[in-house]
Amino acid sequence: MMDQHLRRRIWSIVFIIGFFVVWEALCWLFNVSDIVLPKPSQIAVTLVQRMPALWPHTLQTLYTTLVGFAFGIVVGVLLGIMVGSSRLAYDVAYPLLVGFASIPKVAVVPIFVLWFGSGTVPAVLTAMIMSIFPIVVNVATGLATTEPELEDVMRALRASKFDILWNVGLPRTMPFFFASLKVSVTLAFVGTVISETVASNRGIGNVMMIASSNFDVPLVFAGLMILAFLGVALYAVFSFIESKITGWAHRKDEFAMG
Amino acid sequence: MTATALADPPRSEDTFVELENVTLTYGRGDKQIVALGQTDLRINQGDFVALVGPSGCGKSTILKLVTGLLTASTGYVYVAGREVGAEQVRVGMAFQNPTMLPWLTVRDNVMLPLKIVPPFRQDYRAKRKTEFRDRADALLKEVGLASFGDKHPWQLSGGMLQRASLCRALVHEPQLLMLDEPFGALDQFTREELWAVMQELWMKLKPTVLLVTHDLKEAGYLANRICVMRTRPGQIIDDAEVPFPRPRTIEMSYTPTFVSMTQRLRELIVSARPVKETV
Repeated sequence: MMDQHLRRRIWSIVFIIGFFVVWEALCWLFNVSDIVLPKPSQIAVTLVQRMPALWPHTLQTLYTTLVGFAFGIVVGVLLGIMVGSSRLAYDVAYPLLVGFASIPKVAVVPIFVLWFGSGTVPAVLTAMIMSIFPIVVNVATGLATTEPELEDVMRALRASKFDILWNVGLPRTMPFFFASLKVSVTLAFVGTVISETVASNRGIGNVMMIASSNFDVPLVFAGLMILAFLGVALYAVFSFIESKITGWAHRKDEFAMG
Repeated sequence: MTATALADPPRSEDTFVELENVTLTYGRGDKQIVALGQTDLRINQGDFVALVGPSGCGKSTILKLVTGLLTASTGYVYVAGREVGAEQVRVGMAFQNPTMLPWLTVRDNVMLPLKIVPPFRQDYRAKRKTEFRDRADALLKEVGLASFGDKHPWQLSGGMLQRASLCRALVHEPQLLMLDEPFGALDQFTREELWAVMQELWMKLKPTVLLVTHDLKEAGYLANRICVMRTRPGQIIDDAEVPFPRPRTIEMSYTPTFVSMTQRLRELIVSARPVKETV
């Protein structure tokens, strides 16, 4: 069991390293220009050399994303509870939500800039609206599909609506909620970077924009690497929390023991 | 409505549950379905009544009416002398499906009613690790699940879950216990074992029990009174005492008197079956 786990780990690391090795090899083989596609080794050098300058922007992007994401979770969960707890709200609000979610978020950024000026605020808002939809849909679905028998157990005990929500609805929805968090956190990054690219003088998105207008392609790719790394890191954090909280849904032995 | 309810006290001192001219219909007009036709039923405090009958005869409907999960279309349902919902009676319920919450341990599942039902809920935070925990463990021990309190529901077999479900139905010392085919999905041996457990618990705690079942032997083993229902419309057509002394045993169910009793019940149910409509 453990061996298999370890082997999977090793294979995934080998795969990642292999990806960069092939990339490097292809660049050498076809003599690809730096301006088209820089070699991974070159990107690494750029990352190290420019790190002092890139670091504050990295923090800015991370901070903006997390704040936007936190707001997204709060609003998303509240909306999800509203939509999920009543059939009427579900039918009424769903079309509007879907319509809202279908709007390309890049089109909304100028509106936020118009309202709040450029900088951190529109980036936070963009990150927020990007992350809301999956959370609402998942929380609402989790609540709406709660087994009636479970509710009957509670109703026979004369539990209030809040008791039922708190003791049955929300715990049951947790696996859905965490699944949506993993999707949403990566979307929040997308939102932040879109907004930074369009209307900010800070953040990785802005760095990449300026770098590309200077044809500093290795720096653009260094920015991409940072974003990818942050995305993976946050994904991993939420996966970890998920496994701790919703182990029951995956029937994990370690959860049962702990 | 309330005025009538108050002016019309239960007929007998002992009556705990009373259905008076109750009917339940779903839908309107042509699509109207009568789930329960005119029904009167009185159950004494501490009695054990079984409802038997073909599927769709409204057995579960009666349970749901008495717990307040459904509201009668006409007539009144009284529990403890008050209209259902207005009374402060503690109700325990167990279903055919054990309906354990998968994110809680078995012990926490059993303790769930203590978290919800007054007067226990006021003390839940303070006592969940001491008194309430001991109470849940004591019940689990009684049904033979002493070492399973820390397990999660998926780690238990169907029979074990059903035992835990019985514990959950009883942990808050309900005055009224509703059993909706709780042993229906179990194999014969587990079922018979649980009948003995159930009988023991009932004799000890003396709640008023309403048991819905398809199993006539089960009804005969457990109940003091058996009500037979027919379908379309759902109605009680027979109401008989079960004369055997307690504690009852499985051996008893093979005696001629017991067999002839179940045979009589069986014939009643078969003869009351609706004639198949020919197309």
